Amino acid sequence: MSPKPKKKKKEWKRVDDREWNELRPIKIESGVLPNADGSAYIEMGKNKVIVGVFGPKEMHPKHLAKPHMAVLRCRYHMAPFSTDPRRSPAPSRRDTEISMVMRHALEPAIFLERYPRSAIEVYAEVLEADGGTRCASLNAASVALVDAGIPMSDLVVSCAAGKYDGRLILDLGDYEDKMGEADVPVGYMPKLGKITLLQMDGILSPEELEQCISLAMEGCEKIYELQRESLKKKYGTEKEEK
Amino acid sequence: MRLSRYGIVPKLKRRKIQEAIASGKRMDGRGLEDLREIVIKTGVLEKAEGSAEVHLGSTWVLVGVKIKVGEPFEDTPNEGVLICNAEFVPIASPAFEPGPPDENSIELARVVDRGLRSAEVVDFAKLSLISGEKVYVIHVDLYILNYDGNLIDASAIAAIAAMRNAMKPVYEVKDGETVLTEKKEQLEVRGTPVAVTMVKIGDSIIVDPSADEEEVMDARLTMTVDDDGKICAIQKRGSEGLSLDEIKKSINLAIEKAPEIRSKVTGSG
Repeated sequence: MSPKPKKKKKEWKRVDDREWNELRPIKIESGVLPNADGSAYIEMGKNKVIVGVFGPKEMHPKHLAKPHMAVLRCRYHMAPFSTDPRRSPAPSRRDTEISMVMRHALEPAIFLERYPRSAIEVYAEVLEADGGTRCASLNAASVALVDAGIPMSDLVVSCAAGKYDGRLILDLGDYEDKMGEADVPVGYMPKLGKITLLQMDGILSPEELEQCISLAMEGCEKIYELQRESLKKKYGTEKEEK
Repeated sequence: MRLSRYGIVPKLKRRKIQEAIASGKRMDGRGLEDLREIVIKTGVLEKAEGSAEVHLGSTWVLVGVKIKVGEPFEDTPNEGVLICNAEFVPIASPAFEPGPPDENSIELARVVDRGLRSAEVVDFAKLSLISGEKVYVIHVDLYILNYDGNLIDASAIAAIAAMRNAMKPVYEVKDGETVLTEKKEQLEVRGTPVAVTMVKIGDSIIVDPSADEEEVMDARLTMTVDDDGKICAIQKRGSEGLSLDEIKKSINLAIEKAPEIRSKVTGSG
């Protein structure tokens, strides 16, 4: 059993001097793309992701339309200059998988059944990557969906926790992800208490895994506030919920 | 669950399956946490360096492991290469179509790969021949022959069984060239990670879903468990969320079920 992260021990610092449970600085802006129905830009540490949402719109090709609900389409894509070295602009197998898990993470939040025969498209473009791009993309996608006026039961917030140097940490950077023992990205709907994205690579004991998920959920709660802020900024004062 | 997300036939099917689950039984008579019968045959192919065939109920997966010499990845010049690929051949289901791998087959290959890699089943440093130039490349090709749900668990079993069964052709380095020798040696495989897939239907979590159960599920969760009872890969899919309690329950279920599957693999020779 590895030790739990110690709050008091000051001398241990992360590679970027963060506390074990500290998020990287986050900046979210909504409504950044004039031609998209909804959009958002996020900076999560050195990650830079821009998301555009189109729809609800007519489904093409028509035979893929569902008679009783909208089809959500997600594309996660990394710009050729987003990583070192340059990556091919053709979708990689990783991109395809992340596009799929993003779709599964967002679907629970959207009232797709309100738009039969239609399509809702979410395009996430990673402009700069530094570990945690799927989480950053999801955070921006939720905001962009709201910006597009798509009815949702909650925002989907995403954040990773993991293990590096024997300690459990929040919001892994690229170095911590590559050199660390485990990475657990979590997608979460705070108001509904539902986890919509869960993946892991690396090795964790069941106890550590549960702690990581809880830690990531705490991180999500903080990002949730920032998402709401970004929407309030554009749409003025939010009406109090009942 | 918003039932309006289903077409009429799946809706009826879902109701039937839910009724069965409510009574503690599944459509095929299994209990909620029971696995289907697992039959593993290894060494079924002659041309492949390692092979295994797995029947999980009527899900049927064939895995061939090919080992050859190739170039390392740029960022790991002194390490061997492991590549997992999955083929959903059209004979496996009327729903499968010929063509390039879709997101389902990419996901399957990547989840199986993640389990093998995280559990460090091969020591990549030992598979280097000439630094930066020549390393052993292990191809694990998952071939789906019949689909009746839970391809991940069946494929993970078949992949590790085929790797344990694999004989590596021995290469020698002579004057900066790799030369194939007559010798073959057992591929060194450490540990037996096994995947345990569970699906949520309504308020219940069931293990080893059939195709019908997967069709009407709310969410699916796969946990790969290593020999020490630690988790080495997770994948969630499906268009509903899971509560933290449901995830905790799934972790425990996976750890409880993994040894049962592992004993089949280690017992298959």
